Amino acid sequence: MSVQLTVFFVLAAIAVAGAVSLIVQRHPIHSALSLIVVMAALAGLYLLLEAEFIAAIQIIVYAGAIMVLFVFVIMLLNAGSEERTNLSRTAFYAGVPLAIFLLLELAYRVARGSASMVAQPSPAAATRGLSMLLFQDFVFPFEATSILILIAILGAIVLAKRDV
Amino acid sequence: MVPISYYITLSAILFGLGVAGFVFKRNIITIFMAIELMLNAVNLAFVAFSRALGQLQGQVFVFFVIVVAAAEAAVGLGIVILIARNRKSLNVERVNLLKL
Repeated sequence: MSVQLTVFFVLAAIAVAGAVSLIVQRHPIHSALSLIVVMAALAGLYLLLEAEFIAAIQIIVYAGAIMVLFVFVIMLLNAGSEERTNLSRTAFYAGVPLAIFLLLELAYRVARGSASMVAQPSPAAATRGLSMLLFQDFVFPFEATSILILIAILGAIVLAKRDV
Repeated sequence: MVPISYYITLSAILFGLGVAGFVFKRNIITIFMAIELMLNAVNLAFVAFSRALGQLQGQVFVFFVIVVAAAEAAVGLGIVILIARNRKSLNVERVNLLKL
């Protein structure tokens, strides 16, 4: 087994374990920490795919900014453990097997459909190429996202203000 | 080299776990985190396909997905704060104003 394959399996195991932990944990702060683990593992996988810029913004924006926002809100609202709900019997006996079946089916089909794909050699100076694309071909969507963020800021302020 | 299909399979597994979290969890903040997990799974598929095709457009898409996720998290958490203030609870089963 090559070094890359070993690194992939270790990171994939960390990511899946973090995702399972996100669902199993009852306290939201534990779920948030599990999600940060998943994001860090995914950043490692992006590095393995030679997408350095995406790996960097995954850590800076996702794990750094968005998750800090989540943790702040959890602390602000003093969120306690989730109340145990009685999952109905039908949901348990029909839903859980169906969910597992969907998961396996999706993974199997998708893996078979992409089995013939091989990784092309990564273009030289990928980050440079990315910035060329972003500021030439995709410059209009790029500017549109700045308006989107402005609207999101205004929306968040209006929603969270005490007396609107 | 790691085959591309491995990445896509991992992406499918993470997406499935995100759906399961979205359906099973009762805390509205955790449901939000499950949505973020699904977005991350899709991002992984984008980057993997971008590598498989030897093109960079997939990575540009991931960039935009991350921007939209940031905006969505800001507005969504504002709504969460509003619900917590009005309902005194984070349980989604208490948010039933539109229920018949």
